[in-house]
Amino acid sequence: MSRPTLAVWKFASCDGCQLTILDCEDELLEIAAALDIRMFLEAGPSELLDHYDISLVEGSITTAHDAERIVDVRNRSGLLVTIGACATAGGVQALRNTADVAEYCTTVYARPDWIETLATSTPIAEHVKVDHELRGCPVSKRELVDTITALLAGRRLPITSHSVCVECTAAGNHCLLVADGTACLGPVTHAGCGALCPGLQRGCFGCFGPSEAANLDALHAAWTAAGISDDALHRALRTFNVAAPEFRDAAARLTSSST
Amino acid sequence: MFVLDPATGLDALVRALVDDGYRVVGPLVRDGVIVYDDVRSGDDLPKGVTVEQSAGRWRLTIDDRPTRFSWTPGADSWKRFVFPAHQEVLRVRHVDGSFATTRPPSPDRPLALLGARDCETRALGVLDRVLIDPDHPDPRYAERRADTFVVAVTCGQPSATCWCTSMGGGPRPREGFDILLTEVTTGVHRLIAEPGSERGSALLARVGIAPATDEDHADVEAVADAATSSMPARLPGADIPTLLAGMHHPHWDEVAARCLSCANCTMVCPTCFCSTLSDTAALGADHAAGAETVRVQEWASCFQLDHSNLAGHPVRATTMSRYRQWLTHKLQTWPEQFGTLGCVGCGRCTTWCPAGIDLVEEAAVLIGAGAQGGTP
Repeated sequence: MSRPTLAVWKFASCDGCQLTILDCEDELLEIAAALDIRMFLEAGPSELLDHYDISLVEGSITTAHDAERIVDVRNRSGLLVTIGACATAGGVQALRNTADVAEYCTTVYARPDWIETLATSTPIAEHVKVDHELRGCPVSKRELVDTITALLAGRRLPITSHSVCVECTAAGNHCLLVADGTACLGPVTHAGCGALCPGLQRGCFGCFGPSEAANLDALHAAWTAAGISDDALHRALRTFNVAAPEFRDAAARLTSSST
Repeated sequence: MFVLDPATGLDALVRALVDDGYRVVGPLVRDGVIVYDDVRSGDDLPKGVTVEQSAGRWRLTIDDRPTRFSWTPGADSWKRFVFPAHQEVLRVRHVDGSFATTRPPSPDRPLALLGARDCETRALGVLDRVLIDPDHPDPRYAERRADTFVVAVTCGQPSATCWCTSMGGGPRPREGFDILLTEVTTGVHRLIAEPGSERGSALLARVGIAPATDEDHADVEAVADAATSSMPARLPGADIPTLLAGMHHPHWDEVAARCLSCANCTMVCPTCFCSTLSDTAALGADHAAGAETVRVQEWASCFQLDHSNLAGHPVRATTMSRYRQWLTHKLQTWPEQFGTLGCVGCGRCTTWCPAGIDLVEEAAVLIGAGAQGGTP
């Protein structure tokens, strides 16, 4: 039986999610045995085929060229799975979406006239049909391996979209927001990380983006009750998933209420 | 009854339970909260700990008092030990064109729960009714619960979120324990121990301590009475099911606007028993001989969207409908389903709600009675 072919593509991103694939050290040989990896520049393979059974796409769309390239990738792909906050929400580079990109270019680059970029950073799903999304900055190794396994077996993906609190309390952690007044985005953040930060006494940074029922107004009230400023919440919402609609809109409401 | 020294007596009790082959689990202070975990000596238990709890807020302080039970429980409950958050159920291996299944080993030792409060012993009773149901028993739960030794404690200083007296309980447990300890701090600091079973009686006799006097008896009653009077009844307990508002009361939407739908209330609840089963196949398990698939059981919550998935669609798609499901099951339909109250009044859901939603206050509005109890 021939192995399904796999391609891994990079758009605007830091490569961290691709590195998570390579970081699957215990499973890497099994992944390579189960899948025929034909395109994965970060790891070596670079065969341009007409069709890949599975494409993993990292990164967001920030240039006109990439907006065309993702359509080409879609056309060559059976299943297209986006991996990470850039691909699923536009990433931290989507901070530009509410700023003046021309001004950024002038500030950052010696030759801004050499820069060709779009005014926004947008998720892959705004450009082409996406079959599955893996959240996170970076994606979770466990979710990645379980997803590949489920795709190969033709099973439903083992991705849960409830809050980080579910996995945090199940892990036996206590709620940092309640017990310490720690700024934690866990109650509005999509699970998948295994409550990595709260398990180490750090508030959740929201790197998996909004959960299925994220109630940002209720979180705002909870942070306020814990003595955390609106400015702190505004900053917390404007990181890896700044352009995720629930986070983006809540941050905008904070901005408009403070001016 | 017997009198124990709060230091040496407690330690002797722990060691006797360990010697008898129990896995002793008790309260520990860890990262600013009370957790339940393995205890090896009496010294492991909290000392001089005070806890302040209110809706959405927990604070723990430690001073130089020698008190051992001057606190109220944290988010952790004994549920974790009898009904773990994550447990392997089955392992299936592909062998010679067929399947070989293995189940995880049974617990090697029975549990001894040290320091269970009345709400907690009653919560175990509620879970027993659900999970050792004659028609649908959970064999793993039954195994873990078998021969559990319970050292209960009278609650001397209830928290502001405690409301057990409205739910058929009180600071001093009446049943469901092998030994009951009451800490007395008036006069000589001491623990008064009373047996609740024959094996509890035998253990106390072995630990070799002085019999209690009439004064000790009176002090135990005084501790319980003082704690009871600090917890005025807030809701009409057994009458709640008939008084609770219907599905279309506008207050459900009002609560939902404040609810994070994070599921913390259900996860910390000592009687919430929902779980889900999932299979994790090893990569390539379909093809490789010897590859294993593992089935695990994990806590689930009615606040999760997929909890009500029917035909690929959640029946309870809004936070309003999920909060309503949770509260009405806990306070209204549970008795109908299981013949017991679903809530023991421990207050965990209120303390550990990041949004500070007080179940009692919401229920009071929904029964139209104000927060003072009684009938509307």
